[in-house]
Amino acid sequence: MESSRTLLDILIAASGLTLAAATPFLFAALGELFAQRSGVLNLGVEGIMLMGAFTSVFVISDKGFNAHPAVGLLVAMLVGALMGLMMAFVSVTLQAEQGISGIGLTLFGQGMSTLLFRVLAAGVIVAGGVEKIDLPVLSNLPVLGSIFFHQDILTYAAFALVPISVWVLNRTTWGLQVRAVGQNPQAADSMGVNVARVRYSAVILGGVLAGVAGASLSMALTGVFQENMTAGRGFIAVALVYFGGWSPWKVMAGALLFSAANNLQIWVQVLDVRVAGAAIPPNLLIMLPYVLTIVVLIFARERQRREPAALTKPFERGEN
Amino acid sequence: MNLRKSLIERDPVAILAPVVAVALALVVGAGILLALGKDPMEAYGSMLKGAFGDANRLNNTITRAIPLLLVAIGICISFRGGVINIGAEGQLFIGAVAVTAFSVTVGGSLPAILAVPLALLVGFSAGAAWGAIPGYLKAYFDVNEILSTVMMNQIATQMLLLLLSGPLIDPREIQLGTRIPQSAQLPESVWLGRLAPPSRLHTGVFIALLAAVVVYLLLWRTPLGYRVRAVGQNKDAARYAGISVPLYMVLSLTLSGGLAGLAGTVEVMGVTRRMVEGFAVGYGFSGIVVALFGRLHPLGAIPSAFFFGALLTGAEQMQRTIQVPSATMIALQGLVVIFVVSSDVWVRRRAVRRAARLGSESPAVELSMETVAAEAK
Amino acid sequence: MKKIVLVVLVIALLSLGGMTLAQDGPFRVAIVMPSSTTDISWSQSIYQGLLDVQEAMGGESAMEIAFTEGMFDVAAAAETLRGYAEDGYDLIIAHGTQYGTSLFDIAPDFPDTSFAWGTATDTGAEQGLSNIFAYEASAEEGGYVNGVMAALMTKNNIIGVVGPVQAGDALLYINGFIQGVKATNPDAELLVAYTGSFSDVAAGTDVANTHIAAGADVLTGTSQMVVGAIEAIQTEGGYWFGTQFDQSPQWPDAVVASQVYNWAPTLADMITRIQSGELGGVAYTLTLENEGQTFVFGNVAIPANVLAAAGEAAAGILSGDIEVARELPQ
Repeated sequence: MESSRTLLDILIAASGLTLAAATPFLFAALGELFAQRSGVLNLGVEGIMLMGAFTSVFVISDKGFNAHPAVGLLVAMLVGALMGLMMAFVSVTLQAEQGISGIGLTLFGQGMSTLLFRVLAAGVIVAGGVEKIDLPVLSNLPVLGSIFFHQDILTYAAFALVPISVWVLNRTTWGLQVRAVGQNPQAADSMGVNVARVRYSAVILGGVLAGVAGASLSMALTGVFQENMTAGRGFIAVALVYFGGWSPWKVMAGALLFSAANNLQIWVQVLDVRVAGAAIPPNLLIMLPYVLTIVVLIFARERQRREPAALTKPFERGEN
Repeated sequence: MNLRKSLIERDPVAILAPVVAVALALVVGAGILLALGKDPMEAYGSMLKGAFGDANRLNNTITRAIPLLLVAIGICISFRGGVINIGAEGQLFIGAVAVTAFSVTVGGSLPAILAVPLALLVGFSAGAAWGAIPGYLKAYFDVNEILSTVMMNQIATQMLLLLLSGPLIDPREIQLGTRIPQSAQLPESVWLGRLAPPSRLHTGVFIALLAAVVVYLLLWRTPLGYRVRAVGQNKDAARYAGISVPLYMVLSLTLSGGLAGLAGTVEVMGVTRRMVEGFAVGYGFSGIVVALFGRLHPLGAIPSAFFFGALLTGAEQMQRTIQVPSATMIALQGLVVIFVVSSDVWVRRRAVRRAARLGSESPAVELSMETVAAEAK
Repeated sequence: MKKIVLVVLVIALLSLGGMTLAQDGPFRVAIVMPSSTTDISWSQSIYQGLLDVQEAMGGESAMEIAFTEGMFDVAAAAETLRGYAEDGYDLIIAHGTQYGTSLFDIAPDFPDTSFAWGTATDTGAEQGLSNIFAYEASAEEGGYVNGVMAALMTKNNIIGVVGPVQAGDALLYINGFIQGVKATNPDAELLVAYTGSFSDVAAGTDVANTHIAAGADVLTGTSQMVVGAIEAIQTEGGYWFGTQFDQSPQWPDAVVASQVYNWAPTLADMITRIQSGELGGVAYTLTLENEGQTFVFGNVAIPANVLAAAGEAAAGILSGDIEVARELPQ
């Protein structure tokens, strides 16, 4: 098959698609990063994403309230905050085992989002999607313009959130407190930090960002909602936090690597790349991003940062 | 530690708390059902009837508990050993696929007395190998096991589809041109016998119960089990005591994967008797919940698996009888999990108070995946 | 006065009772499905077929439909199938090939109940069973016709296929589609990629966006995950060809035609046979010829030559002049 596509065209297109596809992962993983840095493992991300995905699309669609996408986003944030609050109450106040409560939250979110979808929408919802925004001047740049500056607003926000997260964690009092209660809650407590309050805020922030992640998947990336549409992306986001060793920049690198590898395997299928004349089975190619994420970590020269010392450990005052 | 542990164990509230929690979750669920315009009493009545209504239904509940129990006791080993295995789902698929490949090639030519044990061994080994990979990567390359097992679940799913639509596909599907991704039926020599037809209860139930006892003895009555748990409790102390920490991490994930593989094996040999797309989806995750409900104790996993088996069969009857979307039951299961896991606080607080009244040790209570491991003995 | 009211009530009750007695109760159908009744593909198509038959028979008083959806777990489906049989349904449909083994376990225990399953061709006659119907769809036929239209409607001469898993109905449809494109427009470039999932909507979007980036302006695809792909091509102003269920109401600007599985004739025939005492033994194939596959067109304006070519292709398949292979020549 002859084709007029040049490698450069393909690279430009692939880069743009990768940035868009990485957006939901980035929101969810950065949120999870804050929760984990405060000492709470939240495996409920998948469920929160689903609720955010459904509620945002529902309120902006004609089956709901025809609301502005900004309202959809706000609703997703609110729902995420509420589910984050649930997780915080269960894991911080009631000190329940975190892994299992997160799985419970995921089940609840899966069931609830599908149930609401069935009762309120009765069939696939088409949102119309969020418009792509061309940043003035920048989008006219050759090559870079079409990769970086022809995205929707949520993608810009997700990548802007990376340096913001670094700044918050390292330069603000709250960020310092988050790291302190995740590393040594006893010491933080003795210095007058309210451990519970800090963990609540970090987990709720994580919930808000997971809600946004869901909204970016449904409103922006796909423009639709269908039941269980996250298909395990919440768990991938949690895995990316480990990939990034609790550092926002490396989490971003992980999200980009994963999305790029996925886009690469699609291009291999689309362009019908063959090995010794034989087509590569699609299922083999689809494994690529998962395999690559593990392999890169094996060969990463730098050893993983140690996880927050108090991760998954509840804190009760008076403990030693 | 021991005092508080025994206080928790002897406290009648320890048994009461989960029951109350389930009841509370069902009350919240009743609100959802009412909002859907359904009668909660009728709904829950049908659930009970579906799970325990007659001998046949009870047997089906037990059948559903078999793979859950096998996954759960595997999870007990890995969590006790300080490795968080989220990969039971993939290990289960790989075990089932391997035993299918074995059965449709060599299994049929062997007598049952040889074919069944060999098949079980093949399934266990395949799951163990799949589990050993993240174990090895964690022990020697510092690759976090939550990450690797989540990724390997997806890899296993694609591998399953690849094999079922290619090398393992039922020759009839090629012949008819329908190309459905499923294997041929397994030869009769590897079937696990049905115990009480028409229910699908099969002899795998004995394998699962035996495995629970064996794993219990292994963990608490052998030096090997002691070392697995020592590594899970405190890696530094274990290293200081001369235990090879990496080796035991690999071992606990290998055994954990093996048991998940055995769960898939028993399910395909006893229930579906051929490998199909959508085989045992979700059992790997439910098994983790079952293990944690059973307090990461292989014997505790037995009632826990039974309870979840009942929840599954009951939920199906409920969907059938009162026609609510199946998602209702998934939301309800989420609520049950959250409420029960939260109810622990009640028991712990009581133990703390009573320990304080007895004027003994400081009321330090930590309950996490690792510290549960520390407490149970 | 009171007495009169009472008499009226009694008469009303009697007549009500008489009605139900005379009708001998509704015909009761139960169905177990892997995905949901709103998947706008495999499961919804047969559910719609049941609703159509129900309406034709005279509504809920004549035919009762019970369904269990989301039965990805085969073991769970087996228990549900047996449950329906115990509850005395007249026809129990296992709407997935993966349920077959369980069905063959259950059917012998309920010789007076009729069962149906698909995609399948085996009615269990070899095992001496006479209460099982089987059904399948020659998806390649409709796929071919869609391919013919797609080949004529692409402006860039590039067509993309969004597949779930290289197997089953999806593979038949795609193979038919490819043959249709190649027979009509040999110069058109065909891009084919699979998502590895029947349900992952965002994966469908990713594949569609990549096709679009590679220049495709016409797409097709199958399974419930394609909704993201249809939205993507509609946003780009391109065209979509659907299968299994009519997807044009949601995407009126993109969906040119949907090859729809029309289950009603098959289901109606099964019910007629059951009512006359024939509980199984027939294998059905949904084809263009028996109207098991029909085409539904949306709002997109279709040029006359495209419609004519589609009509010719369909006529060719019906007359046997065009043979659509299930496997592509290597």
